[in-house]
Amino acid sequence: MAEGFGGGGGGGRGRGGPKGAGDKGPRRGGSGGGGMFRRRRVCKFRSEKIDYIDYKDVRLLLQFIPERGKIQPRRLSGTSAKWQRKLQLAIKRARELALIPYVTD
Amino acid sequence: MSTTKQYELVYIAAPEATEEQLAALATEVQQVVGRFQGTIEKTDVWGRRRLAYQIGRYKEGIYVLHVIHASGELVKELDRRLKVTDNIVRHLIVRVDEELAVAAHRKERRQAKTAKRRIARGLPAEPTPEEKMRHIAARGDSADGADEAEA
Repeated sequence: MAEGFGGGGGGGRGRGGPKGAGDKGPRRGGSGGGGMFRRRRVCKFRSEKIDYIDYKDVRLLLQFIPERGKIQPRRLSGTSAKWQRKLQLAIKRARELALIPYVTD
Repeated sequence: MSTTKQYELVYIAAPEATEEQLAALATEVQQVVGRFQGTIEKTDVWGRRRLAYQIGRYKEGIYVLHVIHASGELVKELDRRLKVTDNIVRHLIVRVDEELAVAAHRKERRQAKTAKRRIARGLPAEPTPEEKMRHIAARGDSADGADEAEA
């Protein structure tokens, strides 16, 4: 009996470990309801078939720059990693040319 | 020649620069490009524009874009010259041929794929004008995902 109990406890801990390491998984192993509002996550560049991000296209770039002036993380915008890298470069070039602010207070 | 590359040069001239001074800047760029056997494909003056942040004492500037075909040595020289030129608030030279080639390739492949799919469905390869209109009207809904799901 004691053996079975110990095994069960170990299994439980083992499961808890990797889950916690991944991301903010459900606490106490409960069902992952996810009460947070979830945005529709699509990569703008893929879905709208934009082949090239031009650093001169201020209107496009500004869509990815919230009020503060920081580059919106892709966890929020849903941009794919490939396009986020290109977007990042384009935004930085535009900033250099004073087309886009570095910061806005 | 294989060594020519495409570059984009954007510079911001001081807002108080006169017409002659702007023309002088343009000819200076032309001279440097000419000396290195490059060509200027396109010149585009965007005109007076507010800077997103203050640079030195300037709050606005005159933006000029040149699309240049030339070798790498030209960039070095042009960069050096522009740095010491008065009347130029800031400049940026970017190589664009590789990126544009990749983009063109991507577009081509996508169009070929679409054409193939359309023919398989018994439609003409190119979307008809009515279809295009309908597509534009449907934008905003999730009409775009269908493409990838079908493939």
